[in-house]
Amino acid sequence: MNDQTVSILMSGVGGQGILLASEITAQAAILAGYDVKTNEVHGMAQRGGSVVANVRFGKRVFSPLIELGGADALLSLEAIEAIRCHQYLKAEGVAVVSTQRVIPITVSSGKAQYPDPQEPLQKLFPRLCYLDAIAIAQELGTPKAANVVLLGALAGQGGHLPREIWEAAIRRCVKPKFLEINLAAFRRGLEAK
Amino acid sequence: MLLLSGNEAIARGAWEGGVRTAFGYPGTPSTEILENLVKYADPCVYCEWSPNEKVAMEAAVGASLGGARTIVTMKCVGLNVAADPLMTLAYIGTEGGLVLVVADDPGMHSSQTEQDTRQYARLAHIPVLEPSDSQEAKEFMKYGLELSEKFRLPVILRSTTRVSHSRSQVEECPRVESTMARGFIQEPSRHCPLPLWGRPMRRELQRKVEELSQVASRSPLNRIEEGDPSLGIICSSIAYQYVKEVFPGASVLKLGFAYPFPDELIRKFASQVKKVLVVEELDDFLEEHVKALGIACDGHNLVPVCGELSVEALRVVRQKLDGTPAPVNASRYALETLPARPPVFCPGCPHRGLFFALTKFDVVVTGDIGCYSLAVFPPLSRTDVILCMGGGISVAHGLEKAGEQKKIVGVVGDSTFFHSGITGLTDMVYNKGTSVVVVVDNRTTAMTGHQDHPGTGRTLMGEETYEASIADFGKACGVKRIRVVNPYKLQECIDVLKEELEAPEPSLVISRAPCPLKKRQAVGTLRNIDPAKCKKCRSCLKLGCPALESANGVIRINPLMCAGCGSCQELCHFGAIAPVESEGGAR
Ligand SMILES: Cc1ncc(C[n+]2csc(CCOP(=O)(O)OP(=O)(O)O)c2C)c(N)n1
Ligand code: SF4
Ligand code: SF4
Repeated sequence: MNDQTVSILMSGVGGQGILLASEITAQAAILAGYDVKTNEVHGMAQRGGSVVANVRFGKRVFSPLIELGGADALLSLEAIEAIRCHQYLKAEGVAVVSTQRVIPITVSSGKAQYPDPQEPLQKLFPRLCYLDAIAIAQELGTPKAANVVLLGALAGQGGHLPREIWEAAIRRCVKPKFLEINLAAFRRGLEAK
Repeated sequence: MLLLSGNEAIARGAWEGGVRTAFGYPGTPSTEILENLVKYADPCVYCEWSPNEKVAMEAAVGASLGGARTIVTMKCVGLNVAADPLMTLAYIGTEGGLVLVVADDPGMHSSQTEQDTRQYARLAHIPVLEPSDSQEAKEFMKYGLELSEKFRLPVILRSTTRVSHSRSQVEECPRVESTMARGFIQEPSRHCPLPLWGRPMRRELQRKVEELSQVASRSPLNRIEEGDPSLGIICSSIAYQYVKEVFPGASVLKLGFAYPFPDELIRKFASQVKKVLVVEELDDFLEEHVKALGIACDGHNLVPVCGELSVEALRVVRQKLDGTPAPVNASRYALETLPARPPVFCPGCPHRGLFFALTKFDVVVTGDIGCYSLAVFPPLSRTDVILCMGGGISVAHGLEKAGEQKKIVGVVGDSTFFHSGITGLTDMVYNKGTSVVVVVDNRTTAMTGHQDHPGTGRTLMGEETYEASIADFGKACGVKRIRVVNPYKLQECIDVLKEELEAPEPSLVISRAPCPLKKRQAVGTLRNIDPAKCKKCRSCLKLGCPALESANGVIRINPLMCAGCGSCQELCHFGAIAPVESEGGAR
């Protein structure tokens, strides 16, 4: 068992399904025998604001929150939300980012610009996996499985938890009706570069 | 072992601790406690959403006097509303154990103020317990119930956003029933704080506080973790977890039962270490007392007093203390150029149309607290002041009486109306105000996650019940002009508001349409913009619907987000927006 605490930060926009992603990750860590803490945002920010979830696991975890420069991995359901959180990722950390863009109201109302995210993402994250998770999920039947595609991509990148454990965690967290789609989504994510 | 949030663990603790009745009013970060407690089926616990926190507290007092172990739940500001019954309860005392769970919100993630509930414990002279993770949340609840029964005092379990909304592992235990006799004891000298009986009650309360200080010193909820004696840190709640990250070797006095202050234990700890540092979130509650005991310490001279604590903040404290450099994680991107992403009304939100209609009038809008608070943000920008729940009506009335030249519109939500809007409306009619009151009735308590309330016709336990009518309340208060509008019909809203604003008497407008998130279904058919017809006039964007995206010169409707409310279609002068044929939309 790993002695060091592993910290995974997830970012996105309220309502995108970040909670399921953190739930699955936490369950996987429990199945692997770790002490686990998570933290999620509830309340006001869930109405379309920027949201993050923290998952930490290891031998003994104290703070449920990841500190700046403390994340081993960043998983983002939205392109620029990954940029917003870049300071949390360790220099050698992995970033798994969906190409999805959710245009904030500040952009639609003409007050701000949505930057082209690709170049900054590549510059900020030497270990970047940038994939169109929505398109993959849609191919499988529902855009809602994008979060699990990203989890697959994360599992494919880092060696934090073995693949069978991730799949067991998905079986625990997802309703039977959506299980097959989510397992397929996870496997498609695993193949992503 | 279960992975539970602090709130789930508090619910579990209440169940394991033999709680039979539970009352509360929703409020982030406390809401999920009752939502989880109501799921326990064997035995099931009576749970209710009361109309407001004062009523919840009072009902809980009744239940406790009847011998039932009882909890009451609310957020920090809810205790302002429930403070009156709490103060008296400390005098008359409990029968069945009563734990009041209050969830504070350091950092103001979802609250209008950042207040420290420990101050209320001191004001009321009652114990306060502060868990630092889910396991403690569950165990402290059970300890609190027993302490309450033993001392015949209400006990506050103080959580915070990070304790309530963090998950950690919890060991399950079986339920234990209370051995308290059931049934109310009809003994007025015990339960009526008239001066004759109240004065001895006051002296008895003081005696309990003194005894509880000794109990706290020996309580298993308070412990010394011996470490390097050169620095001793006194901490409680989530701050303990941050201390363990940043000062792994230090001696720690972890207080889970911090008031009545465990003087003996604090003195003992201070005598074992060279230097004392108090790390606490929000007020200098412990620090002030440590100093009053004559113990020199560091505290808020180093630890920030506003906002929530963090590991990062404590690393800076450590740097100041012993020079250990705090890591610098400089931004490598001009974050200030990233577009801000403030929360917004959801696509298809029924509040949007009403506030859009208000943009057509030069009036003052006194708003209130709920999803509709989001109307303060551009592009709608149609709320001028927010005070507290119910204030939307009473502030409007006072502003009018001060001679404000503009007409005033007071807006409250449906849950807010039942919470504390009715008294304000009564005042307005009674004292001859003429403002317009709008109740944005989305048939739910949306902001906190869609709870039922007296106007929804359903209880927390899932039973159908009488559906209280806002219009009937208005009538009973004496309002003659009562109008109901459909907020998805923008012109209709504008016309009705115009008529009511011209009327020389008070008026009640009920803007009624259910929240689509509560109903979990779209409002109507997905809409689409025909690029050939769109003249880029940006009229539709004035609604501030997040499904209407405008970037790089293209205006489009995001099919993954649109709820099909049709409001944007009404605003398009060129017929460019229309329902998408067949396919059934994105859902
Ligand atoms: C005294 C007090 N109790 C609870 C809250 C938490 N709270 C904030 S908004 C809200 C719900 C308001 O519901 P409603 O008025 O129906 O508006 P909606 O969110 O549905 O638009 C609650 C309970 C609070 N801010 N103040
Ligand atoms: S949850 Fe309902 S009431 Fe709240 S913003 Fe969304 S649609 Fe509107
Ligand atoms: S119909 Fe128009 S205003 Fe309504 S949700 Fe869809 S895009 Fe938004």
